[in-house]
Amino acid sequence: MACVLDSIHPMSVLLFTILVSAGSFSAGLLGALTGLGGGIVIVPMLTLLFGVDLRYAIGASLVSVIATSSGAAAAYVKEGYTNVRVGMLLEIATTVGALGGAFLAGRIGTGAIAVVFGLVLLYSAYRSAKPLAEHVSTDNAHPLAKRLRLNSTYPTPDGLQPYAVQAVPAGFGLMFLAGILSGLLGIGSGALKVLAMDQMMHLPFKVSTTTSNFMIGVTAAASAGIYLARGQIDPTLALPVMLGVLAGALTGARVLAGANTRVLRRIFAAVVVVLALEMLYKGIQGGM
Amino acid sequence: MTTNAEARERWSDDEVDQLLGNLLRIGVTVATIVAAIGGVLYLAQHGTEPMGHRVFHGEPPELRHVGSIVRGASGLHADAIVQLGLVLLIATPIARVALSLVAFILQRDRVYIVVTSIVLAILLFSLTGGVPG
Repeated sequence: MACVLDSIHPMSVLLFTILVSAGSFSAGLLGALTGLGGGIVIVPMLTLLFGVDLRYAIGASLVSVIATSSGAAAAYVKEGYTNVRVGMLLEIATTVGALGGAFLAGRIGTGAIAVVFGLVLLYSAYRSAKPLAEHVSTDNAHPLAKRLRLNSTYPTPDGLQPYAVQAVPAGFGLMFLAGILSGLLGIGSGALKVLAMDQMMHLPFKVSTTTSNFMIGVTAAASAGIYLARGQIDPTLALPVMLGVLAGALTGARVLAGANTRVLRRIFAAVVVVLALEMLYKGIQGGM
Repeated sequence: MTTNAEARERWSDDEVDQLLGNLLRIGVTVATIVAAIGGVLYLAQHGTEPMGHRVFHGEPPELRHVGSIVRGASGLHADAIVQLGLVLLIATPIARVALSLVAFILQRDRVYIVVTSIVLAILLFSLTGGVPG
């Protein structure tokens, strides 16, 4: 496949490693600063810019998703925002979905995967342009939420605030879909997870984003085993991607406090739209 | 319910959260260090060779399964050491679920013992190659 960097040819392992690390660092940094997550642009970057085969790119992305989510979850879970019970329960849905997605990825062509990827990128860009409102209630919890002890509290400036969890079955269903997309595309599916937890289950933002992040590593680990066995995790590609995204995300989280990210969000959303159209075009044209 | 309350006091949700956080941090750190050591070795040996990710061939069998990856890494093969680091990374969230299971058992939280066991079973099933590729 022709790619942008064909001019630097033939590329040595060392040069490739340096360029992929730098690109992944930028993706991780922008992902953390804009809240969109860096994982979603890794696959388009590797395939469109570096000409890497889609199957290797997804394997590398999956590994980087585990690294960033586990790294961030380590901090969040200690601060008391993460709802471990909601996370555990929904992980049944996301891990079963992820197994299905990874299985599906081995059965359908790379063109179809690229098209689904393009659509998910478009949805993520739309979601970041139109932020959703927060719904938090302290009563009217779903009967299952009481039985499964999902209702909890979270730290606010005014002390611990209780919240009630709604629509448990609907959220569970959407999480199954998020798991399928994660296993199929090697992404965290953050946009869908937040939709399920904020909008359906009415978790506070801080709780839904940290709990979603907590679950992403487990979801990705469920499909990573299949990708490993299928020979799609290439150590020389996955390592620079993983280290780059992790370093970028950690740097982004450090400078996030006080940064005005509105302009950055718009620019990043525009980049995501361009990548989405390119993925759709290549997928339909059969160039993947 | 006295014993239950005592157990919850010993293993409160907050203490479990601290343990889970530490486990995740240690897992990611160890995995990254192992993979990075392998990466430096690999670059020293193969850094000047041309790159080949354009076409999908699939990794060789010795880089696909946990057992052969561990053997390759102990034989100091650079690519196997990197792969071992990546396997440790994949194992980190799985270890987190296993620790959650221990915590729920000590808290005698029956519903979540079942929930966590299901998730752990799915993860182990995947990592041991239970699903046809």
